[in-house]
Amino acid sequence: MSAGRSAATRDGEPLLDVRGLCADYGAGPGAVHAVMDADLMLHRGEVLGLAGESGSGKSTLAYAITRLLRAPGIITGGSVRYHSGSGHAVDLLAAGENQLRVLRWSQISVVMQSAMNALNPVISIGSQLTDVLQAHVPGMSKAGRRARAAELLTMVGITADRLGSYPHELSGGMRQRVMIAMALALQPEIVIMDEPTTALDVVTQREILEELAELRERLGFAVLFITHDLSLLIEIADSIAVMYAGRLVERAEAAALFRAPRHPYSLGLLSSFPSLHGPRRHMTGIPGSPPDLRHLPAGCAFHPRCSYALDRCRTDLPPLLELNEGSGRQAACWLQDGSAPAPEALALPIPPAGRAAAAGPPEPAAAHPDQVNLRSRS
Amino acid sequence: MTELGVTAQPPVTGTPVLEARGVTKHFPVHQSRRTGRGRLRQRGAGDRAASGRVASGSVVHALEDVSIALPRARVTAVVGESGSGKSTLARVLARLLPPTSGELLLDGRQLPASGAGRRAYTRQVQLVLQDPFSSLNPVHDVRYHLARPLRIHGLGEKAASLDEAITSLLERVSLTPADQFASKYPHELSGGQRQRVAIARALAVRPKVLLADEPVSMLDVSIRLGLLNLLSDLREREGIAILYITHDIASARYLADTIAVMYAGQVVESGPAQQVTDEPAHPYTQLLRSAAPDPERAGPPALAAHGGPPSLVSPPPGCRFHPRCPHAMAICADRAPGAFEVAPGHAAACWLHAKDLDTAQGRPIVRPPAGQPASAPSSAPESGEEPR
Repeated sequence: MSAGRSAATRDGEPLLDVRGLCADYGAGPGAVHAVMDADLMLHRGEVLGLAGESGSGKSTLAYAITRLLRAPGIITGGSVRYHSGSGHAVDLLAAGENQLRVLRWSQISVVMQSAMNALNPVISIGSQLTDVLQAHVPGMSKAGRRARAAELLTMVGITADRLGSYPHELSGGMRQRVMIAMALALQPEIVIMDEPTTALDVVTQREILEELAELRERLGFAVLFITHDLSLLIEIADSIAVMYAGRLVERAEAAALFRAPRHPYSLGLLSSFPSLHGPRRHMTGIPGSPPDLRHLPAGCAFHPRCSYALDRCRTDLPPLLELNEGSGRQAACWLQDGSAPAPEALALPIPPAGRAAAAGPPEPAAAHPDQVNLRSRS
Repeated sequence: MTELGVTAQPPVTGTPVLEARGVTKHFPVHQSRRTGRGRLRQRGAGDRAASGRVASGSVVHALEDVSIALPRARVTAVVGESGSGKSTLARVLARLLPPTSGELLLDGRQLPASGAGRRAYTRQVQLVLQDPFSSLNPVHDVRYHLARPLRIHGLGEKAASLDEAITSLLERVSLTPADQFASKYPHELSGGQRQRVAIARALAVRPKVLLADEPVSMLDVSIRLGLLNLLSDLREREGIAILYITHDIASARYLADTIAVMYAGQVVESGPAQQVTDEPAHPYTQLLRSAAPDPERAGPPALAAHGGPPSLVSPPPGCRFHPRCPHAMAICADRAPGAFEVAPGHAAACWLHAKDLDTAQGRPIVRPPAGQPASAPSSAPESGEEPR
């Protein structure tokens, strides 16, 4: 997504400012804390990736931001400020239903995880597209809505004669394209995409991502892209936030996260994806499995799976600390609090100027952090 | 179409444990009365497809003359998009579906279709399914799942030896302490643990062949490698022949010794895993590679082709990939390519590798521009197979 990578957009003004957001499922002592103390900042025109495994709270976070969280989900704290183009900020958590109704879809839209379930199977996609316009653009004529729906379909690469089709008549990739067209119907500033390509084939996934990049270049919306596929996120996102067990554990620019992760969980995730380059080596992934949110380990939730765990990790929860290296790098790890030098694999130098560093020929696979860890660096 | 298909040649000598020769699987298409659109139904054993309800003999060409060999102590990966026939191949190899034609050889012999022959076959060839959330019975504990195959195949008559067998099975898939896991129910296990139980169940009958149909695609990223490493251990420690079906070409490169790439029911390329992924010879493999996520790639990837897979009811004539292929030539629309050897043990079913095409046959097919210029993937090495 080349547009998002240019420095001009990175310096964009803040669009969505999430502070200390907490969301629970259920109430009382049995409540499951699905999102704890999440801070996120989405800038205008930026692609922000949110990575994490199932159960890490990434979808809950997205639904909490848009106030779409269904019972028994409850937002228990924090603030979500949306900075509209006209300069004033709206607190989404305090907004009333009517205010939300105006903002949703026209300013912030969501592409849901499974297009199969998000589209109504008994209504043609043309009607589902015009429905949005009818509800949000009261002045539009019927013919105008029809024309706009056709335009939207064409925009995502589906011929307009498909307007009369029902979801079951479309392939998975086409359904997902319809979902994207719907999300863009009112030209929102922010599109939240919750695993938009997970159920699709690699080739279809790539085609949709290509289209998305093109649309972003043209329409200039910001994207919060949620996925478990960190290797994909590194390619398409400007900056990435990694979630584990309901908390953000690391924030970095995409290239910096890939070349120089600072949290052991990010490092583990990165070494969970077999590479397409270089000699084949034995990889270990991350031992153990993700924790049960009802019985989180004390201290850092990752410590039972962490090979670097200190005594302190078992008792004290590490805060998400600003690291002393600029570009908004944050990590929630006691190894990075500056009291002692971090292990070599977690202290690799950040490549200069983000993406520009990767513009040359791809470095040999040995530059991958976990491989460097195996060899002794000279 | 006998010249079709590439045999996944093992880099080892001797008879492969399981070999499929020229396997074809067609599913009859049932015409729905109201719309006339095809409705698919899989036929059970016996394949009573000859009944009159099958309209005008139209069929889904799910597998077309596929040959594949699974040697001992080797992982053979089958890579392809959904609908390419990978799972049908696994089901045919597991004898859950009877092939329309072709033969399955276990240790070089064909086993009879009788009940006893089938039992002897399943005793040695076991299937692990994709979704561990639906492949285990929620009302039975782990012990039941593991004891059942042992009882059915008469391997654990006495209670003491049954317990011993279950414990050792759980230990083999690293579910320890075994006695604790044996009494758990599927809902008490994580996805990765469930898939390990499914693998243990397949191992219970001491099979020679394990067919794993997308065994990790439903699992969390951080635990996938653990399972791939378990499969790798089974290959090395126990010499099991493994078929690893996946759409993730990077994991196939990581785990497999040999990769066979399937497209629209046919094997289009096969060879040593690293060679197939690093120097893909078939344009479809190049497309798969260019589409795979790759953080080490500089800049956004250029897709090596566009469009979707063809209808398998009426597949395109000639090479089934030619409507999508950026290098398509006149001959591609006309005749299906045979397997051409591009390197020792590495074959591709693509006319670009034919040596003796005349100019008319080699004329590129000119298509209206589809938005993107047709070009080889930037990351794929040039193998000198430009259209002549």
